Amino acid sequence: MSRAPDITLLEVLAALGLVAVAVAVSLWQRMRLEGDIAVAVVRSFLQLTAVGFVIQLVFRERSLALVVVLIAVMAVFGAFTARGRAPSVPRAFLPLLLALGLAGAATLVLVVALGIFPPAPQYLVPVGGMVVGNSMTAAAVSLNRLGDDIAGSAGQVEATLALGATATQAVRPLVRRSLRSGVIPLIDSTKTTGVIFFPGTMVGMLVAGAQPFAAARLQLILLYVLLGSVAIASVTAVVLAQRNFFTAAHQLREGPAES
Amino acid sequence: MARPATGPLACAESISTRGRACETRRRARSGRARRRISSPPVLFELDRVSASRGGARVFHDVTLALPEGATCVAGGSGSGKSTLLRLLNRLADPDSGEIAYCGRPLSSLDVLELRREVALVPQLPALLEVTVADNVRFGPALVGREIDVAELLDLAGLPATFAERAGDRLSVGEKQRVMLARALALEPRVLLLDEPTSALDERSRGRVEETLTDLRRRLGISYVLVTHDLAQAERLSDRVVRLEAGRVSEEPSAAALASQVAGGPERT
Repeated sequence: MSRAPDITLLEVLAALGLVAVAVAVSLWQRMRLEGDIAVAVVRSFLQLTAVGFVIQLVFRERSLALVVVLIAVMAVFGAFTARGRAPSVPRAFLPLLLALGLAGAATLVLVVALGIFPPAPQYLVPVGGMVVGNSMTAAAVSLNRLGDDIAGSAGQVEATLALGATATQAVRPLVRRSLRSGVIPLIDSTKTTGVIFFPGTMVGMLVAGAQPFAAARLQLILLYVLLGSVAIASVTAVVLAQRNFFTAAHQLREGPAES
Repeated sequence: MARPATGPLACAESISTRGRACETRRRARSGRARRRISSPPVLFELDRVSASRGGARVFHDVTLALPEGATCVAGGSGSGKSTLLRLLNRLADPDSGEIAYCGRPLSSLDVLELRREVALVPQLPALLEVTVADNVRFGPALVGREIDVAELLDLAGLPATFAERAGDRLSVGEKQRVMLARALALEPRVLLLDEPTSALDERSRGRVEETLTDLRRRLGISYVLVTHDLAQAERLSDRVVRLEAGRVSEEPSAAALASQVAGGPERT
């Protein structure tokens, strides 16, 4: 990278003009999303500014322990956020936390062990952040689908349990569908990358003056790493959370309604 | 298909009474055993059972004995009929009270074995998205047992040509028959049938009723059949229990029970 672009606060404020468009659409269509948009704008400003200082500190200290702490904090916040997106899943926080933690740890260990990146905060922090973020989305989509499917197919699940199947056997087809739901969006975006959208890392490197082929190579590594990490996160979250729908006696906690 | 044990030894050979006859266990309960001397062996006993569903109490302090043979549970919507079957199959547990199968508390039994021995056919057909044959094989495959799909379809009143059809491409009546074949594939001692003809026209209903009568005559399977149709209940059963708002409103007397059993269907 030859140089980093110098973005002023005034330029950031100018970008709010596009946010005004979103607010206008919300008001016009009575979407009632103005409040959410305002919260998103303020939170993103505060969070990115704060994390910029934190990352600068981690880079300066060159401490792997600080990298671990940073990724762990991201995993906790990610699990809280994902839990909110899967409200029909009982006690979803712990499965999500373990899923994000495992995806982050396994991915970082692998990229270092395979010699893809050196064990330095400058590489591990951005990769870890992307892994946790994408894993959070995939795990939340998977769990949300699992919760909806189990609620919608309670009769079928109980009919399968009534044949002497265990809870795991009874939800196997639903688990398969929920895992596909979580992983397919990233597979699709990997398929279409560079054609119908440009991924952020590559764009960032190009803006900073990197050679296009170098930017593409880094982006490819990230895409491939993310495919593995979202698979780990989805399967961990679903396998751990599916048990919470059942009692120890293989009974669905929320059975179908009395007819 | 192996023929289930029938008569007084049935309970003795069941999962719930390994090494000890439930008939003996009941006789040990002196007075109660003597009063039932002319009755068929009891399969299920509910002792002051209350149960909820979806947060609402749907079963109130029910005490009830369900003997071997054919019992119909009649009642209107929301009377607790389906909940009773779910309790007997342990798809749900009571809030209070105790349920015994062949003299032993349900909670003390291996729940997966219980569900294979006391097979539930739910009201709404819920087949897996595979062929009819794979649906019928599902239960036995869980315990590594091979079955004759054609024979089971025949028992449920379906031709063998149905085996390779997709489960989700059948009519409701055909699905209900596949559900019955799927339950029979478990070689159950007891069938719990939840409104098995509720979605059928008169002709199909008649065929299912004939199938049930035939199954009982040929295989000696006991069943507890839930229905809102009192006439059907009387056609198909030795005894009728009426539920109203989660309470037993009417039970046959012991004498009536004995005379019903004496004149009941032939057993093999």
